Amino acid sequence: MADVLRTWGRAGVDYVRIARMWGRALRTYRASFWMLVVSSFVTSSLDFVALAIVFTHLDRLAGFDVREIAFLYGASGLGIGVADLLVGRVERLGAMIRTGALDAMLTRPVPLLVQVCADEFALRRITRIVQAGAVFAWGCWWIDWTPSRAALTVLMVVCSAAIFIGLFLGFATVQFWTQESAEVANAFTYGGNTITQYPLSVYPGEVVKALTFGVPVAFVSWYPALEVLGRRDPFGSPAWFAYAPPVAALAVGTAAALAWRAGVRHYRSTGS
Amino acid sequence: MTPETPATPGIPGDTVIVAEHLRRVFPRRGRPDVVAVDDLSFTVRRGEVLGLLGPNGAGKSTTIKMLTGILVPTAGRLEVAGVDPTRHRTALARRMGVLFGQRTTLWWDLPLGDSLDLLGRVHRVPPDRLRRTRELLVDVLDLGPLLGTPVRQLSLGQRVRGDLAAALLHGPDLLYLDEPTIGLDITSKRRLRELLTTLIAESGVTLLLTTHDLSDVEALCRRVLVIDHGTAIFDGDLAALHVAGGSARTLVVDLVAPVPSLEAPGATTVRTEDDGRRHWLRLPQDASTAPVIAAIAAAHEIADLSVREPEIEDVVARLYSGGGPAVSD
Repeated sequence: MADVLRTWGRAGVDYVRIARMWGRALRTYRASFWMLVVSSFVTSSLDFVALAIVFTHLDRLAGFDVREIAFLYGASGLGIGVADLLVGRVERLGAMIRTGALDAMLTRPVPLLVQVCADEFALRRITRIVQAGAVFAWGCWWIDWTPSRAALTVLMVVCSAAIFIGLFLGFATVQFWTQESAEVANAFTYGGNTITQYPLSVYPGEVVKALTFGVPVAFVSWYPALEVLGRRDPFGSPAWFAYAPPVAALAVGTAAALAWRAGVRHYRSTGS
Repeated sequence: MTPETPATPGIPGDTVIVAEHLRRVFPRRGRPDVVAVDDLSFTVRRGEVLGLLGPNGAGKSTTIKMLTGILVPTAGRLEVAGVDPTRHRTALARRMGVLFGQRTTLWWDLPLGDSLDLLGRVHRVPPDRLRRTRELLVDVLDLGPLLGTPVRQLSLGQRVRGDLAAALLHGPDLLYLDEPTIGLDITSKRRLRELLTTLIAESGVTLLLTTHDLSDVEALCRRVLVIDHGTAIFDGDLAALHVAGGSARTLVVDLVAPVPSLEAPGATTVRTEDDGRRHWLRLPQDASTAPVIAAIAAAHEIADLSVREPEIEDVVARLYSGGGPAVSD
């Protein structure tokens, strides 16, 4: 156990070291850094602004008002924001394989996953988190808080990030075989985020089933949020689903870890 | 966690690399699989300098990549510095240095100096030792003016020097050099070889070298492993390689007065030129030239004389075409 903790601790320290080195390298272009920060903040903000505009003509969407949707939107957005900041670079895996960068990483005494994810770390991706956090805070403002609801909200956000991290990693490993399929992964990661920005009651029951038992993004915000918002699930799911996000995160994480291991074993390097 | 000595019975404690029946297959969709390495076995002792030779596609790089933990063997047993390279890749990485001549192990977009600092830190080299080693390497490899330059802007020769610094920064006791001199000009090649010779003599590092350039091997290696079609066709020292490859020295004799043929004990005439003034004689690699020259000088007046050593290229080429394994030691 102590060994495992030490290994994870070292990995974390190395992640920060590599990320900071990239931060320093990219800070050389300070002007473009701030331009990117501002533009990406504006772009991601427009996302929710569009939703809010819809609600000027509409009181409720599938039974949920705009404040409740802000809560769902924020939980999902925070999750993918954190996941994207920490491990988003994994979608460049195919390119790293093609250029031989992965070979170089495999010669260093740092876990491969840490190096892949910390590569070209860009702090500007934090803008997504800030934007989603602002929407989430506004959504939280209206909630009738109890200690257990607060605890569940924290659990929800943490697991949201964990599930998206698992999805990023799991689907990126496909690139060990194909070397080109960032689009497939995007369908599940960013796609999963877009879907869970809305109350899942807008979708047919079959879709919600797939989002629960297939790619379990329903646990990113929907099930725990129902409990926090004091809502009943229109699809009649059991109440304990609200507390199941850790199970979903564990399932996605395990699948991703197995896929990653298989990918590394399959890895064939480049020619020469 | 990292045993210092391999726990394999019958293998001496100073053995650094044990490869047994190593195999790596690359499956291909709809086409036959490529067997890059097939039933390759060898051991390397501490402090040995081993040259891995072989034609393109023989399996040299695949072998190095399995030894470093980059590629997972399909079958066979592999133990490097007492551990399985795949399962304990990071533990092994702390003890080895790698240089790929054809690509960098540095961060492409980071300045060389930053790259070296970061490597030193992820290798957990104590700060003052890191500073001393870094200074030494920057000095010896003449990297001072390049430290602020991103790796992608370095010339090939500069980049290889930078990569060598990276490979040595943490004081590895095992060094892999994969085609270190490929693409370098003659001056850079010579400089790199001199550096490596000094390094070998001073540090006692175990070194594995793959190369196309046989003069690298002649300059650095005592032992040679020739690989063809993924398997070892020769394992022994350079002198034994000449014997196995059927090497022969050639004695070229110019005579003052022409004779139709020249007789000498142990030598056979290969060619006669210039109406019998110049004679080409073949001698076995291990035979001495002195008695042959003495015999000729006793019978004829010699105008000029030269001995041509066999080209190792030819020797190895003969091994490749010779087919069957010729393992000697």
